[in-house]
Amino acid sequence: MTAYLIRRVFQSIVVLIGVSIIGFILEHLLPGGPAKAMLGNRATPLAIQTFNHANGFDKPLVTQYLVYMGHLLQGNLGYSYKLNQPVSQILAREVPKSVLLVGSALILSVIIAIPVGVFQAVRRNGIVDYAATSISFLLYSMPSFWLGLILIIAFAVNTHIFPAQAPQGSTIGQIIAHPSGLVLPVATLTLVSFASFSRYMRSSAIEALAQDWIRTAKAKGLSQRAILFKHMLRNALIPIATLVGLSLPSLITAGVVVESVFNFPGTGLDFVTAATTEDFALLLGIIILVGVLTVVGNLLADIAYAVLDPRVRYK
Amino acid sequence: MSELDDLRAPIDPQQEAEVLVDKGVPTGGEAFETGSQFKLILQTFLENKLAVVGLGLVFAAVIFCFLGPHFYHTNQVTTTYNINLPPGKGHPLGTDQNGYDVLGRLMVGGQSSLEIGFSVAIIATLFGVAWGAVAGFLGGVVDTVMMRIVDAFLAIPTLLLLIYLASVFHPTLKLLIIVIAGVSWLSPARLVRGEALSLRVRDYVKAVRVMGGGSRRIVARHIVPNAIGTIVVNATFQVADAILVMAVLSYLGLGLPPPAANWGGMLSDGVNYVYAGYWWLIYPAGFAIILTVVAFNLIGDAIRDSLEVRLQRR
Repeated sequence: MTAYLIRRVFQSIVVLIGVSIIGFILEHLLPGGPAKAMLGNRATPLAIQTFNHANGFDKPLVTQYLVYMGHLLQGNLGYSYKLNQPVSQILAREVPKSVLLVGSALILSVIIAIPVGVFQAVRRNGIVDYAATSISFLLYSMPSFWLGLILIIAFAVNTHIFPAQAPQGSTIGQIIAHPSGLVLPVATLTLVSFASFSRYMRSSAIEALAQDWIRTAKAKGLSQRAILFKHMLRNALIPIATLVGLSLPSLITAGVVVESVFNFPGTGLDFVTAATTEDFALLLGIIILVGVLTVVGNLLADIAYAVLDPRVRYK
Repeated sequence: MSELDDLRAPIDPQQEAEVLVDKGVPTGGEAFETGSQFKLILQTFLENKLAVVGLGLVFAAVIFCFLGPHFYHTNQVTTTYNINLPPGKGHPLGTDQNGYDVLGRLMVGGQSSLEIGFSVAIIATLFGVAWGAVAGFLGGVVDTVMMRIVDAFLAIPTLLLLIYLASVFHPTLKLLIIVIAGVSWLSPARLVRGEALSLRVRDYVKAVRVMGGGSRRIVARHIVPNAIGTIVVNATFQVADAILVMAVLSYLGLGLPPPAANWGGMLSDGVNYVYAGYWWLIYPAGFAIILTVVAFNLIGDAIRDSLEVRLQRR
């Protein structure tokens, strides 16, 4: 187990260095380099030259990368001149709100997907199975922003049940204070991730049901309920731990889209706004943060998998 | 018994191989076109009704988008005063905020959506397959370095990378295709690398090596053909994903600038009229995207299933 952990942590560190290199390349991909990211499109050549010299951007690339890496390690993600704030300060304010949105959708979709997937596996090829498969297939093929629009049309325009816009506020408390505004964004995100979770849960449960220990349990004369909850579910849930970790990037992606559909004041909306105002420092800061989150998420998922399933450790 | 006679008296190795192929006798690793395996896959594919539906939908979409404008003439260039007309006479699906006919715009917009989908899938698959096959076949340090690069890119969600690139380089159609392909080659690379890892230790690859076959021959004639099923399935999903990603980019205002039309861009324009109840700006383009994406996903699923059937019957 220790050897596995060490190897896995080492791998993650290598990938993190890769992420930082990508961030570095993306910054230098800008016509004009980081100077343009800071000074904007209309910077004069003289201003760029002065900026480059003052910030060490005229040094060799390797030196520049090491400086950049040093800044990252200190939590310095650059400075947004568009918003006149350090990127890390903006993120510290915005990320908790996005975590609230994505986190509640993640929890809800797992809670719904597990019983649905198990039921589908037990009553395979029944009406409920076909219906649930079709629905998740349809949701899976739907642009998430379109789903959000349909929910807005149905619940905010045609019937005034929920507001079409997410609650506005700069702190997480101000947002929770108006829960009705959270319903549609959370529902959209939940439906999107439910689509893939239920598919995995179904196949994972089918696989678990085909194992020998289930036959043994049946042969012992255990009740259907005991077999399902004591023997099948615990084994079928293991892949879900990995799936949650692996689905982080797609959840964050969907979160970005949903935030801009519902004008939810979080990191995703900031990202899209930054793209249209060409606030490259903020864009890169968010990209690096998400990259780190994904790598850490995958690592935690793998560790959880190894803890839950001893077979993995001894491979 | 003539069959055995033929086997015993080969004239030369090349002819022997041809004779064996004609008889349908397995001749080892080299991927000859026998037709029978392909027929088997096609047969199981066609037995899957959903797959046929998916294939039909794709054909319908292609005919609708590329042949439709030849029969249904609309003005998609100059704006008119007939803006936001509800569906009715002359405009079966109404008009949009520029006075363009929505049905005609669906056809024109679909062209770019489909073109992007297909081009991205082809470019990303070719590049990803080459990357994965080389990494998996060479193994060792090269493999580690190549795959850590893939891992690092996978850690950053595609859409974020795309949004960044789209805001840096103001996109044209070609650039957009290259950029989307540039972030989509990761999954075929990983899949093919996995296949290559397992295939390179198979006996027939060892046999080729013993016979003096070079690395290039092994990769091109043995590893890639044997991984082709996985590759094709993935390419199908790539088309679907590219269409979705393109729609999202357009919706966020980072797609192709007007007057270029595509389904996502139509939705992006229609959003402004959600509260006015102009449903014909929201539903048609949305359904067009969903139907096309569903179709490609159905086809991909069906091919995967028929390949599995092939493995079972083996």
